[in-house]
Amino acid sequence: MAAISIRKLVKRYGHGSKAVQVIHGVDAEVKDGEFVVIVGPSGCGKSTLLRMVAGLEEVSDGEIAIGARVVNDVEPADRDIAMVFQNYALYPHMSVAENMAYGLKLRKMPKAQIAERVQRAAEILELGHLLARKPRELSGGQRQRVAMGRAIVRDPQVFLFDEPLSNLDAKLRVQTRLEIQKLHRELGVTSLFVTHDQVEAMTLAQRIIVMNGGRIEQMGTPEEVYGQPASTFVASFIGSPAMNLLPGRQHGGQFHIDGAALDVPPGVEGELTLGLRPEHAQLAERGWPLRVEMIEMLGAERLVYGKLGAATPFTLRLDATLPSPQAGDWLHLAFNPLHLHRFNTQTGQRL
Amino acid sequence: MVERRPLLDWLAHVILLLGVTVVAFPLYVTVVAATQTAEAIVHAPMPLVPGGHLLDNLGTALGGGKGAGSSAPVARMMWVSFVTAMVIAVGKIAISLLSAFAIVYFRFPLRRLFFWAIFVTLMLPVEVRIGPTYQVVADLHLLNSYAGLTVPLIASATATFLFRQFFLTVPDELVEASRIDGASPLRFFKDVLLPLSTTSIAALFVIQFIYGWNQYLWPLLVTTDESMYPVVIGIKRMISGGEAANDWNLVMATALLAMIPPALVVILMQRWFVKGLVDAEK
Repeated sequence: MAAISIRKLVKRYGHGSKAVQVIHGVDAEVKDGEFVVIVGPSGCGKSTLLRMVAGLEEVSDGEIAIGARVVNDVEPADRDIAMVFQNYALYPHMSVAENMAYGLKLRKMPKAQIAERVQRAAEILELGHLLARKPRELSGGQRQRVAMGRAIVRDPQVFLFDEPLSNLDAKLRVQTRLEIQKLHRELGVTSLFVTHDQVEAMTLAQRIIVMNGGRIEQMGTPEEVYGQPASTFVASFIGSPAMNLLPGRQHGGQFHIDGAALDVPPGVEGELTLGLRPEHAQLAERGWPLRVEMIEMLGAERLVYGKLGAATPFTLRLDATLPSPQAGDWLHLAFNPLHLHRFNTQTGQRL
Repeated sequence: MVERRPLLDWLAHVILLLGVTVVAFPLYVTVVAATQTAEAIVHAPMPLVPGGHLLDNLGTALGGGKGAGSSAPVARMMWVSFVTAMVIAVGKIAISLLSAFAIVYFRFPLRRLFFWAIFVTLMLPVEVRIGPTYQVVADLHLLNSYAGLTVPLIASATATFLFRQFFLTVPDELVEASRIDGASPLRFFKDVLLPLSTTSIAALFVIQFIYGWNQYLWPLLVTTDESMYPVVIGIKRMISGGEAANDWNLVMATALLAMIPPALVVILMQRWFVKGLVDAEK
């Protein structure tokens, strides 16, 4: 097992004046045995970053080290990594066992040892009865497990996952998420996991890297990223439904938004953006006035969509046991000041 | 079509039957003629029921007759045709697999130029370049040899193009997975691409084998020695022009023999052939 360090990593496509830069100097450390999830919207460079670690994309600038070894110019096969792809990339004409054994066979590992490793991986992933089947005879979830088996048998220093759950249906995704977690606990291999799904990121990660536009917005534990988002981007990306962001102006104990003045604890004065998560506001006798526009019933809870002031949208999460408000109602909201976030309106950075 | 009109059905069947007759009757005449003696055929009207001399005729043809035209043994010609068709089919497939592999999976200078160069030759049939090609083959002293018969026909834009299209449908992740597994490019070609291409290869084999077997113009130019005649040329050479009497029964028996190998290839590989042309999975 090994740590991964990424230093000032840059990726450009094309040459000269036509070059397009997609990753702008990323620095990150993944500790030995850690499970790190890279999350971000499509096109933020997260997959490119992972593929650079895998060696499938060339490094334009900067450095990637696995363990103590800089691997910029090392072939993917020699980096001691294993990768799980989004569409599994199983060899269609090989059986499950052959798929798992292929990499070992190429490394000229003795047959008996290959068989033993395949057997062990099959046990861990409960694939024993499927070993003779072809990938097309398997369900999506089973293919996914074979893809993981192929990674496990190699006994690598690093696991790389490229959105491995996005082709599964919702139920299977939850199940597989738990399996991956269990696997990581048992094997303790350093893992880098790319996803665009913030729920996957929150549930799987020991640490999350939030990326946007080829840069790292924030790196931290799920608690930190959720509780102390470094920017409005992270605040709105992590957590579902997204954090309410209210651009306005703080003056004394009042926060002026379009058409209303809200009571807030005193703090930084002037133009800023307030953030409050839907689950952190409660109904109260008095407080921020919210006019209800729409309600969604989710079973355990209701999402109440409405407006603060003239046109500032606000989402509130209500326990389903509370009586449901009606569209057009006025509600009053209270909150714990600890849950209030303040951001610079221009830069989006946390204040 | 859910329409049911008995009259149209009849009409359709009549047209189909007519079509079948047009295609099948000459074949039938060939078979009948191959079963008669030379004398029986030239009687007018020609008999339309099979006679009893099929085996005699086949035997004479295979061993070499004594007719007015060429009387080289057909067995030898069949062998020449078979070798030629096999070399052309296998050669074409091998070369186009490799060139398609190069064009799809490698980035090298002038790649587009090479692709277009191959693609443009699709428009040029053998006949267009036959003069210069003959000159080259003659200068290399390849006349009357298997090499002369086959090599100029092996390069194939069609097959290259077909494999290229197929390779483009193979997901990139497979290449990447095999790179991570530690497979060299040729290893990937052998272990992954080839097994995935088997149905396309089978389909192409059928097409190219028949193409090679049916070559007429090119062998006509490069073979002057009876021992290097493919069977298609052989049939032509057996028919002497002018007044002399031809052994039509032997000519037809030879034609019958010449039809057998391509028919066998099609029948035996039919399943693969259709699968290769139709298969869109993967």
